[in-house]
Amino acid sequence: MKKLINDAETVVDEMLDGMVAAYPDTVRRLPDTQVLVRDGAPVDDKVAVVSGGGSGHEPTHAGYLGEGMLDGAAAGEVFTSPTADELEAMVDACDSGAGVLLVIKNYEGDVMNFETAGEMVEMEGTEVAEVVVDDDVAVEDSLYTSGRRGVCGTILVHKAAGAKAAEGADLDEVQRVAQKVVDNVGTMGMALTSCVTPEKGEPTFDLGEDEIELGIGIHGEPGVERTEAMSADEITEELTEAVLDDLELDAGQEVVTIVNGMGGTPQMELFVVNRRLQELLGERNIETWDAWVGDYMTSLDMAGCSITICAVDEELKSLLDAPAETPALTVR
Amino acid sequence: MSAPNDAGAAAVAAAENVADRIEAEREHLTDLDSAIGDADHGGNMARGWQAAAEAVAGLDNPTVEAVVKTAGKTLLSEVGGASGPLYGGSLVFASAELSDGLTAESAVAFAETYLEKVQDRGDAKVGDKTMVDALVPAVHTFKKSVETDDLPPVDALAKAVAAAENGVAFTVPIRAAKGRASYLGWRSVGHQDPGATSTLYIIEELLATAADHLNQEIPSVDADSPTIPEGEASGE
Repeated sequence: MKKLINDAETVVDEMLDGMVAAYPDTVRRLPDTQVLVRDGAPVDDKVAVVSGGGSGHEPTHAGYLGEGMLDGAAAGEVFTSPTADELEAMVDACDSGAGVLLVIKNYEGDVMNFETAGEMVEMEGTEVAEVVVDDDVAVEDSLYTSGRRGVCGTILVHKAAGAKAAEGADLDEVQRVAQKVVDNVGTMGMALTSCVTPEKGEPTFDLGEDEIELGIGIHGEPGVERTEAMSADEITEELTEAVLDDLELDAGQEVVTIVNGMGGTPQMELFVVNRRLQELLGERNIETWDAWVGDYMTSLDMAGCSITICAVDEELKSLLDAPAETPALTVR
Repeated sequence: MSAPNDAGAAAVAAAENVADRIEAEREHLTDLDSAIGDADHGGNMARGWQAAAEAVAGLDNPTVEAVVKTAGKTLLSEVGGASGPLYGGSLVFASAELSDGLTAESAVAFAETYLEKVQDRGDAKVGDKTMVDALVPAVHTFKKSVETDDLPPVDALAKAVAAAENGVAFTVPIRAAKGRASYLGWRSVGHQDPGATSTLYIIEELLATAADHLNQEIPSVDADSPTIPEGEASGE
């Protein structure tokens, strides 16, 4: 499989240098780490919001560094959690003394390394709080993970928590709004093709020409159902219904939706999916307050998409609408 | 057991012995992990312990606490994944129990804190087919041997090794409930858990180092039965 890389060993390092070169006014790299922080971190008197995880999900995580979103983003190796000492360095670099919120996706390695780092910085007197995002409705009661995975809904957590922190709220308040998003968001994804990791160089799983996989994660881990190819509308119906069944929304509820590309799917197709998603919500009298379409949390070159739905109230609406200035997301 | 600085030198030797042993068992651990995991346990652990042995050899003041803490921090940064926090993070936190040096009592406190951290972090019980299946019987046997049976350290450690061996054997027939092996469900049955196995190797090297340090033969012992306190096993 052809890849635009030099060496699988150095791909993360080279990517990070390239990001810094692209956004020199927005992000900087902590020396001797794979951690990027927003320029100006730590921001005086502001609660820091930090995240991180394996590489290969770009623009997650460092793409959301900046005004109104993340203060720090730690990049692990491809599909591998950052180590606890890197996370510790990130927290130290971002803490202004007002405390640090750790936004963690529910994957075993991520949770353990973040919690270890959190305990270590607490021993040094830094105040930390955490939220664990587990929005993937596909894998509940499945053999594939302990609990639900954290996927694209994490971006809304970054946005809401980042906005709350920018308002000057304290750590408890920032954690509260982050948890509010976690409690109200659901996601389900699907794959048309497997991803190809730089190290392995071949598809992680075999998917036939006329097969698709539903309920996929973001690391090429198996989905919950392999089925024959369907039309965009049918796929959208499958994903939307799975998420709505989980959220149990009342008619009249306002939501934010994300149609997220997995890295190998053109915008054309994402908009086709969004069209049907909005029709389905309309049929159920669920009101879309905002619809996001694009590549927000990818899985290397996997073709496919995920659908995220988040129920919003006045507070979340104002936080998601607040200004943000980051490489991957700008709200004015 | 011995004076603090003396114990520090023994701790450095222990790290080297563990690193050598894990390197020797690297392929075996990777084979065990490819059956039910993602085939990186041998390589990750070997790389981590090699770095840990080098780091502690370079310490200016190798107190036993400093050696254990440094080894733990190095494992955290080199091993990664879930094993980094489990093996390394737990060492970092438990090292505080050794701040007044190494005695039989502080060794028990260290072992108990280490176990507590591993269980806390991994959220695993006996019977989940993880390192906890070797660690729980080893730690409880060590504690009982020191506190109740009043055995000298080497004999207590030998009992702990025998208990850990039983624990490793116990992981073969059971179904994994935690970790990557749990993805396999019933297909994990019949395979020995790599984490329990590497944990046994580490405890065996602690025994060998202690025996060497105290100029004693390694006694041959049988594990007491049962070695798992009531209420520790997970229900079916």
